[in-house]
Amino acid sequence: MAAVLGARAVARQRVHWTDRAGELMLAALAAALAAFLVAPLAAILLQSIEDARGRVIGLDNYFAYFETPALAHSLWNSVWVSLLVTALVVPAAFAFAYGLTRSCMPLKGVFRTVALTPLLAPSLLAAISFIYWFGNQGVLKEWMQALGIEQIYGAPGIVLAQAFSVFPHALMILITALSLADARLYEAADALGTGDARKFFTITLPGAKYGLASAAMVSFTLVITDFGIPKVIGGNFNVLATDVFKLVIGQQDFQKGAVVAVFLLAPALLTFVVDRMVQRKQTSMLSARAVPYAPRASRGFDAAITAYCSVVVLLMLAVFGMAVYASFVKFWPYDLSFSLRHYVLGLVDNEAGTAFGNSLKLAFATALAGTATVFAGAYLTEKLRGAAWLRATVQFLGLLPMAVPGLVLGLGYIFFFNAPDNPLNFLYHSMAILVACTVVHFYTTGQLTAVTALKALDAEFESVSASLKVPFWKTAWRVTLPICTPALVDISRYFFINAMTTISAVVFLYSPDTRLASIAILNLDEAGEPGAAAAVAVLIAATSLVVCILYLGLGWLVERRTQTWRKPA
Amino acid sequence: MKFVRLAVAAVALLAASGAQAQGKTQLLVYTALETDQLKAYEQGFYREHPGIEIRWVRDSTGVITARLLAEKANPQADAVMGVAASSLALLDSNGMLEPYAPLNLDAIMNKYRDSKNPPAWFGMDVWGATVCFNTVEAKKRNIPKPETWQDLTKPAYKGQVVMPNPASSGTGFFDVVAWLTLWGEKGGWEYMDKLHQNIAQYTHSGSKPCNQAAAGEFVVGISFEYRANSNKAKGAPIDLVFPKEGLGWDLEAFAIHKGTKKLEAARRLADWASSKNAMILYGKNFAITAQPGVAEPLPNIPKDYEQRLVKMDFKKVAESRARILAEWTKRYDAKSEPRK
Repeated sequence: MAAVLGARAVARQRVHWTDRAGELMLAALAAALAAFLVAPLAAILLQSIEDARGRVIGLDNYFAYFETPALAHSLWNSVWVSLLVTALVVPAAFAFAYGLTRSCMPLKGVFRTVALTPLLAPSLLAAISFIYWFGNQGVLKEWMQALGIEQIYGAPGIVLAQAFSVFPHALMILITALSLADARLYEAADALGTGDARKFFTITLPGAKYGLASAAMVSFTLVITDFGIPKVIGGNFNVLATDVFKLVIGQQDFQKGAVVAVFLLAPALLTFVVDRMVQRKQTSMLSARAVPYAPRASRGFDAAITAYCSVVVLLMLAVFGMAVYASFVKFWPYDLSFSLRHYVLGLVDNEAGTAFGNSLKLAFATALAGTATVFAGAYLTEKLRGAAWLRATVQFLGLLPMAVPGLVLGLGYIFFFNAPDNPLNFLYHSMAILVACTVVHFYTTGQLTAVTALKALDAEFESVSASLKVPFWKTAWRVTLPICTPALVDISRYFFINAMTTISAVVFLYSPDTRLASIAILNLDEAGEPGAAAAVAVLIAATSLVVCILYLGLGWLVERRTQTWRKPA
Repeated sequence: MKFVRLAVAAVALLAASGAQAQGKTQLLVYTALETDQLKAYEQGFYREHPGIEIRWVRDSTGVITARLLAEKANPQADAVMGVAASSLALLDSNGMLEPYAPLNLDAIMNKYRDSKNPPAWFGMDVWGATVCFNTVEAKKRNIPKPETWQDLTKPAYKGQVVMPNPASSGTGFFDVVAWLTLWGEKGGWEYMDKLHQNIAQYTHSGSKPCNQAAAGEFVVGISFEYRANSNKAKGAPIDLVFPKEGLGWDLEAFAIHKGTKKLEAARRLADWASSKNAMILYGKNFAITAQPGVAEPLPNIPKDYEQRLVKMDFKKVAESRARILAEWTKRYDAKSEPRK
């Protein structure tokens, strides 16, 4: 311990000028987050202390909202549903990630890709699909009722659809958490004759603690802020997110809507605190002397985990498959003959190519810009030694976006960027603002994944290179980046897919030149064409799937180029 | 030769329709119209005003209204077309509309335009409350076809009625206004108390109840005329019911946005939107247009439809909106758990 402290003190004395450069980069990133996250958010949230005419009235809107009996109700509903979904999803995703990283299961690439399917379509599609399965005309309605659930509309529908759509978000973080492990720990345990269960609880779980906490917080926050699913399948089950929708879209009462949005930020604050606490206790799994862990074949375990993952994957395919089926049916549920009507309608509504072209542009730009920003941010906050408050600020800002419902972010962008005296005003109605908004919207999961990957690396790499006077970016480029490439590939794919399907924020920002394909999904469902909505979603998913397969190839290449050190010699 | 020249002209036209159309004035118009309607109206307008190009931003009424209000500090839209009159009244009370008396204003019925002179907005067509009744599901459950609002409070309809939440949807709100107009404060709320016992869901959109009835999810969906007609045309087994006591309604309306730099072009669009030619196009989708006697009778719509519309004062309704919604939310929304 003393030796470590001593080494730190020595390192601090000799702060390399490159560290200053790193701090500057971090400051630039903080400035960007201030402009594209804090300022728009402040622009809308400040309305919570104003009246409709823009006069500051203090906390009156809050008191008015506290007095409505709806609040306590929605708050309680939101909290217990989000907790339940988190409790279901995190263990399920952990087991799945465990199978992908710690077993000799066959077809891992396929399992991994299919597990991401919920991301391929907007969460709306999951809700539509669950209505086809369990709605009043649903195929399996009787099964559900046999279990004592009267109808899908309400809490059951929300829990099911949310669990489905949140799963891949948690999975991504957990895969990263589990894929970096030091084999020496397991070897030592084996040498001491430690049992499998004990190894799991004393080595594996503590090593994945940070990932587990992150995954839980992400699941909770995503569920509590999503309004797409409760709006479609929630029936009369009020939650905070639908309250925001009612206030902002139904009544154009931005002031009270902002009050509810402020409440929704609470989980992000909590995440930050938990994050700090876990971080203090987390030790890096991968010290500079680590030997990468390679799973060994174990027939019983491999068979069991393969069976489990197959069940999960089949359930996902069932949800997605129902949507695909519905998109080819003439008129659910009365005329089930095959028809391409929905595809024609969906394409016409999208003016065929243009909207898809725009979506692809947005997705590529978001994947590039998002991955670069997120990784740079995560690297600098993790590996720099100085500028503690700056690092903490960037880290906290990175956690905020997931707690902001898309429609709040979108409206905030209007208020801030459309202001006539804003020097960034030229961005308004451009593709760039859609990219910025989408990067910010999905920043958190990206950051958590990157940080999880970086945390597993020993700080010794940096200390050594610092003492050798190697600039930190050389270390980053030669050591850190190659080790983290699988996570980078994951992050950029995550940005790409989400940009293809995002609706809630960009619906306020697109212009006639930047119409997106995903927006048509919402409009078609609204127009009583869930089949056509599903058809557009399927087309978007197919596009994303092609890109995912390319990513799979890329991942394989990356694995071969950069990860051979993980393979046992 | 002629063909080649035509082809060249077509290519030139296509090239011109890019970002900077040569000499064409581009109007940014915010709208909540359906996509297929947009195309028909746009073509009708271009026939008479080839020098103006419309660029649409299209979304649901709620989203478009929220967007317009949020952009108030630095407006983007030149005009607003096919957005609810109740929304436009709200924009007007925020001082966001440019009053203009279009060429054909005299032909538009008084109750279908802003009462000021010149008006801040004028109506294009009426969308009235309509009940979608799924005949197939009704037969399975032995549920009779309703004729009146009062019918819907009968025990036979328990758990089978869906209506839009007035706090989320303009359509839901005008239903509530209509009931309060028809039966007064006391009678109106008493009616809603009884109706609440039969409601399966309060949805977040005005179209959803009819869509759900069309898909057989529920038997009765309280929705509006256009959605009912379009669902029936698609082959949904629904009957359209126009309850006899009286119907709530709103207008698809037009307004010029204050501060537009293209006022002349926006006025040309206003002139066209109030013209008989435009009304004929609206009449293909809506049974009542703002100019009387233009629309061809639509199938499934009773002859006395227009007489069934309740009296609406958009300004007054806008003023009492917050109070009505607070009362409604207190009575039904806070305790609207799914019933067994």
